[in-house]
Amino acid sequence: MTEFALILVSTVLVNNFVLVKFLGLCPFMGVSKKLETATGMALATTFVLTLSSIASYLVNTYLLAPFELEYLRTITFILVIAAVVQVTEMVVHKTSPLLYQVLGIYLPLITTNCAVLGVALLNVQTEYNFLQSATYGFGASIGFSLVLILFSAIRERITVSDVPMPFQGPAIALITAGLMSMAFMGFSGLVKG
Amino acid sequence: MLSAILVVGLLAAIFGIILGFSAVRFKVEGDPLVEKIDKLLPQTQCGQCGYPGCKPYAEAIANGNAEINQCPPGGEQTIHDLADLLDREFVPLNPENGEVSEKTVVVIDEETCIGCTLCIQACPIDAIVGAAKQMHTVIESECTGCDLCIPPCPVDCIIITPVKKDLTTWQWEKPAVLGLNISDDNDLSFDKIGLIKSVNDKPAPGEPARKEQSTTKSDPL
Repeated sequence: MTEFALILVSTVLVNNFVLVKFLGLCPFMGVSKKLETATGMALATTFVLTLSSIASYLVNTYLLAPFELEYLRTITFILVIAAVVQVTEMVVHKTSPLLYQVLGIYLPLITTNCAVLGVALLNVQTEYNFLQSATYGFGASIGFSLVLILFSAIRERITVSDVPMPFQGPAIALITAGLMSMAFMGFSGLVKG
Repeated sequence: MLSAILVVGLLAAIFGIILGFSAVRFKVEGDPLVEKIDKLLPQTQCGQCGYPGCKPYAEAIANGNAEINQCPPGGEQTIHDLADLLDREFVPLNPENGEVSEKTVVVIDEETCIGCTLCIQACPIDAIVGAAKQMHTVIESECTGCDLCIPPCPVDCIIITPVKKDLTTWQWEKPAVLGLNISDDNDLSFDKIGLIKSVNDKPAPGEPARKEQSTTKSDPL
């Protein structure tokens, strides 16, 4: 049990995918202008990341490893992620049109989120088992959601504050992200290893 | 080499089957949200919202391009329904789109009509019958009172008339919006037996039933 708690804390705070590993920066910058869209994106990514983490573990263990095809890992994982995203989109479109409307273009865009592929590949590299992989994927998505929502809230405040001319727009957003990243590095003493 | 092709091909085939199956299983006819919004609109096709009809307006609402308060024929009830469906705040009707008016139909003055067919082309619901150089007339039961046929008429022979309340056109009043319209200020004169008041002032369980006189000060819901 402590093992799973450690994985969760480690992925959410200590080794946060966005602010420490610098993965998935495109949605982090692109979708953080408004809190609502950021929340929608966070929800969709949480779902897809957890599911694709599990699916890619299964594919790797039961399909790639027995045939010694580890060199095809990246391309098969991309295939798995694309399929998971596509099925998710169809199901959401059918079951909840409102959520589908909120997520809009961001749902298919998750396919290109490098954090999703990163989690799948890191799962294999660290040789996690099934439950550990699922926890790792879930923790990574929670960490992603956390910083995305925090960052969008900060950006909403920045838009109404008096920013010096040269720093307006993306410049101040990048500086903010850098400061957040430094703050998250404070967590590095929390879990050993 | 062969196993690599087989494995990746198999994987792709499996995903193809899953996707193909879910494409059939989760098929969405049109846009369900647009359909839902369209159902709430009054279908007068009058264009007072600034869109060519109810369906385009529903699409605009679904895409976030239009506010929900642009439909005068629907009135407050429609805005409340839309606000409920879309989880938005109620906003009063936009005066730029017009005002809520009583239901009207148009009548063609058949003496003056020259049979130009312009009003037939303007009618969004095909409620005008007639042919070129022949007298036209309006099917009164179909007319939604959108008044779109009036501007094209070259001889101004189309007249707006309110629908007279008689045995064939009389309808129950539309249900009041809960918590807003049912109060003592409203005209409940038709309610001879005090049905509505007694329903609204139903005593809470455990509380003794109040007498009829005490219900004059009914608290808002």
